[in-house]
Amino acid sequence: MAPNSIHWFRKGLRLHDNPALREAVRGAGTVRCVYFLDPWFAGSSNVGVNRWRFLLQCLEDLDANLRKLNSRLFVIRGQPANVFPRLFKEWKISRLTFEYDSEPFGKERDAAIKKLAMEAGVEVIVKISHTLYDLDKIIELNGGQPPLTYKRFQTLISRLDPPEMPVEPLSDTLMGCCVTPVSEDHGEKYGVPSLEELGFDTEGLPTAVWPGGETEALTRIERHLERKVKQSANFQRTNKRFQLYEIHLNLFLEMNANSLLASPTGLSPYLRFGCLSCRLFYFKLTDLYRKVKKNSSPPLSLYGQLLWREFFYTAATNNPRFDKMEGNPICVRIPWDKNPEALAKWAEARTGFPWIDAIMSQLRQEGWIHHLARHAVACFLTRGDLWISWEEGMKVFEELLLDADWSVNAGSWMWLSCSSFFQQFFHCYCPVGFGRRTDPNGDFIRRYLPILRGFPAKFIYDPWNAPESVQAAAKCIIGVHYPKPMVHHAEASRLNIERMKQIYQQLSRYRGLGLLASVPSTNGNGNGGMMSYSPGEQQPGTNNNNNNNNSHCKSRFNPAEAIFFFS
Amino acid sequence: MKRVFIQHKSPPPDARKKVRRELSEASEVVPASDVSEYDWSRLPQELLLHIFQYLPLLDRAYASQVCRGWNQAFHMPELWRCFEFELNQPASSYLKATHPDLIKQIIKRHSNHLQYVSFKVDSSTESAEAACDILSQLVNCSLKTLGLISTARPSFMEVPKSHFISALTVVFVNSKSLSSLKIDDTPVDDPSLKVLVANNSDTLKLLKMSSCPHVSPAGILCVADQCHGLRELALNYHLLSDELLLALSSEKHVHLEHLRIDVVSENPGQHFHTIKKSSWDAMVRHSPKFNLVMYFFLYEDEFGPFFNEEIPVTHLYFGRSVSKEVLGRVGLHCPRLVELVVCANGLRPLDEELIRIAKHCTQLSAIGLGECEVSCSAFVEFVKMCGRRLSQLSIMEEVLIPDHKYSLDEIHWEVSKHLGRVWFPDMMPTW
Repeated sequence: MAPNSIHWFRKGLRLHDNPALREAVRGAGTVRCVYFLDPWFAGSSNVGVNRWRFLLQCLEDLDANLRKLNSRLFVIRGQPANVFPRLFKEWKISRLTFEYDSEPFGKERDAAIKKLAMEAGVEVIVKISHTLYDLDKIIELNGGQPPLTYKRFQTLISRLDPPEMPVEPLSDTLMGCCVTPVSEDHGEKYGVPSLEELGFDTEGLPTAVWPGGETEALTRIERHLERKVKQSANFQRTNKRFQLYEIHLNLFLEMNANSLLASPTGLSPYLRFGCLSCRLFYFKLTDLYRKVKKNSSPPLSLYGQLLWREFFYTAATNNPRFDKMEGNPICVRIPWDKNPEALAKWAEARTGFPWIDAIMSQLRQEGWIHHLARHAVACFLTRGDLWISWEEGMKVFEELLLDADWSVNAGSWMWLSCSSFFQQFFHCYCPVGFGRRTDPNGDFIRRYLPILRGFPAKFIYDPWNAPESVQAAAKCIIGVHYPKPMVHHAEASRLNIERMKQIYQQLSRYRGLGLLASVPSTNGNGNGGMMSYSPGEQQPGTNNNNNNNNSHCKSRFNPAEAIFFFS
Repeated sequence: MKRVFIQHKSPPPDARKKVRRELSEASEVVPASDVSEYDWSRLPQELLLHIFQYLPLLDRAYASQVCRGWNQAFHMPELWRCFEFELNQPASSYLKATHPDLIKQIIKRHSNHLQYVSFKVDSSTESAEAACDILSQLVNCSLKTLGLISTARPSFMEVPKSHFISALTVVFVNSKSLSSLKIDDTPVDDPSLKVLVANNSDTLKLLKMSSCPHVSPAGILCVADQCHGLRELALNYHLLSDELLLALSSEKHVHLEHLRIDVVSENPGQHFHTIKKSSWDAMVRHSPKFNLVMYFFLYEDEFGPFFNEEIPVTHLYFGRSVSKEVLGRVGLHCPRLVELVVCANGLRPLDEELIRIAKHCTQLSAIGLGECEVSCSAFVEFVKMCGRRLSQLSIMEEVLIPDHKYSLDEIHWEVSKHLGRVWFPDMMPTW
């Protein structure tokens, strides 16, 4: 009796390189591809309109591509744990397939579903294809702990076998005799909803700068590689070593005003949703390199974008508190300020620093910002200027940023705020100078903050320093039409460097005067050099409250202290 | 007085083992057969004290609930010499605060035991005021060290000045043997410094007062003149004067160990005074081993008064963009330089400047470069010249520009070779 299969889409929203999907159709009688719209999308319901739209476009694309194979996508409202038992019965399911989700929340959810499936006599097949490697193998190779430095991570993966080749896309041939029963009212019951149906007001919503879907992703990757070939061709004429260098995904060398804008070859949101297989990308890069460099072995830096993503997935997979400061063994306890007003100014692009506000405007409007722009705004919010917790910034990115998934977003925020991963904290991105050096003319600012268009390049990054005449000519008085700067950067950075130094010196027990030596260095296995360094604890034996990882206590006081007090 | 009586609880096995070891070292030898029936409430107080000193406060508190004897031990003066008051409000901080009842207890029973005290406050004025209230009550207190630390925004500056000053004065007047004082970012003023000096001039060794806007150069000069034991001083540049340096180098004065100076620009185009080379020379003559730590937070065009003559700076941090030209001057005029950290420079390579620094700053052992550019060849040359004395080398990956000699992948081997250890540049996530 040929099985009836369900393939459960979560990420991995594609038909190419989808080994779990292939397992669903292999020798099956029927297959139904489902997607659940449940409130736990990406671990929270904090999702903005751009992200919803991107997702819906991905689902539409999947549905369209499945139609070409005489199949359809089944979009189901509700939570998997509640709905699956009914579906197993109704559709007489004996096989359930899905792509492995390495995130702690995902693993928990999947364990529960596996149990349900077992009870219903349903075979469960899970395949790894959202990451290049089996992350558990990396952790095993590192003695049971995820590597906490990128260099250590690179060393480990260079010892592993290369990633598995992408598998063939789903096709008529692969489908074979497998069919999808589609009812007349499929559209009503299981169709992809629209943004309006989800409750969004779409009047005046500009077209998506980043259109979702596998089809778009596959077009983009070809464009992306073409661009790399052109660049390498250019340099072949000049200098051999530069040619090697240019193929590397080192974005900084190409950094100019244009890099800040959304690129038609940008791939990060597609990787996040799984519209583009990371393994496909990996192998296409490898092929390209070999073509240009005639069969030599590609350096790891070629895959930078993919490996960073892999690094954060690995760091997060066994740590359910990866996105928190409290109770997170790899996160330094920093006394961040709670300041909802200041946070709102940052999130809503009203800081009074055009560079920061333009970036946050682009983020809200389009859903993507360049990685250096991310560094700038993350530094400004946390250790640079506002001294607000990285968790707050992470939540804002989660809402607005198309490629921010749980592991990568939390990990990057910890990195950029110097809360983990043994980062040096001395380099502070100046909210005026950094932007000015990247885009001296200020075109980026003018594009996203039209109110400042009238300012000359000289003053557009610090318009509060412009003489009144210039402000009047620009028809924009600072403090009236555009906010004054919300902090005094020199003073804020002086204070914050001092704070960071105090914290790190306490952690590393360093008593010297050096700024660099305050940060403990790692030993070979990237697990922390000094025996006593453990970012989640502060020193014992001190009369200090915040020693205890009482992360689950709601009280602002250590509850046991109440026992002292009878007098 | 409501009291909860708790049964004798048998302490955990490891504690027992510890006590057994202690017992065998104590002058009284107890026969082995008696150990298991030993009455825990009769453990000598000195032993209890010794054990309690290993326990964090919370565990000690639990122990104090076991019996009257242990409760007495808990309140022994020796255990209350050090305390860190943490004052946080839920609206402004994620951290927990010291329980108000505990604070009351300490003031009531232990204020005259306290010697090493610090206050950590969050950014709310309420917390800073609470700190001042506690300080005002420490009238029986003879402190040796006092630290007022703001963990986020400087909330002590929001407290009414008179309230702060009177609280601080209580400490100054009662202590008389204050040796270490950290009052950065507070509204301390010249008159209160006079009170400090009047009562503690013999004992003051460390004074940290960066960003105290109400103090004048005359105020700090008074401290230097009278407190001849001062070894560590931290202040802002506007308080620095030739007279101050000369006072610190006078014969009566001990050798200075650390001088930390923050140079902060309030407004663009601010003008800074200069310090004479002869004043610095006097400092070096008097305290040949002293460390001069300077943190600069200036606009690029405000560096005019600096680095035109030799200056004995050992640790230099540029917190904002600093020009190529200034870094060139650093190479020429800072022979004692041990650590150089540059946040940002710009888009012109610092090749020559780095080589010059390697040549002239023969003590340099730590360098950090943020948003700068250096060609790979020059960088390798720099590392070669410095050799193994470079124990800290923190270079952002984007700083290094590959050239005809080295690519990025090759450079880390070259550098590692010259350093004698595996080295990589610092990375930032790109995804």
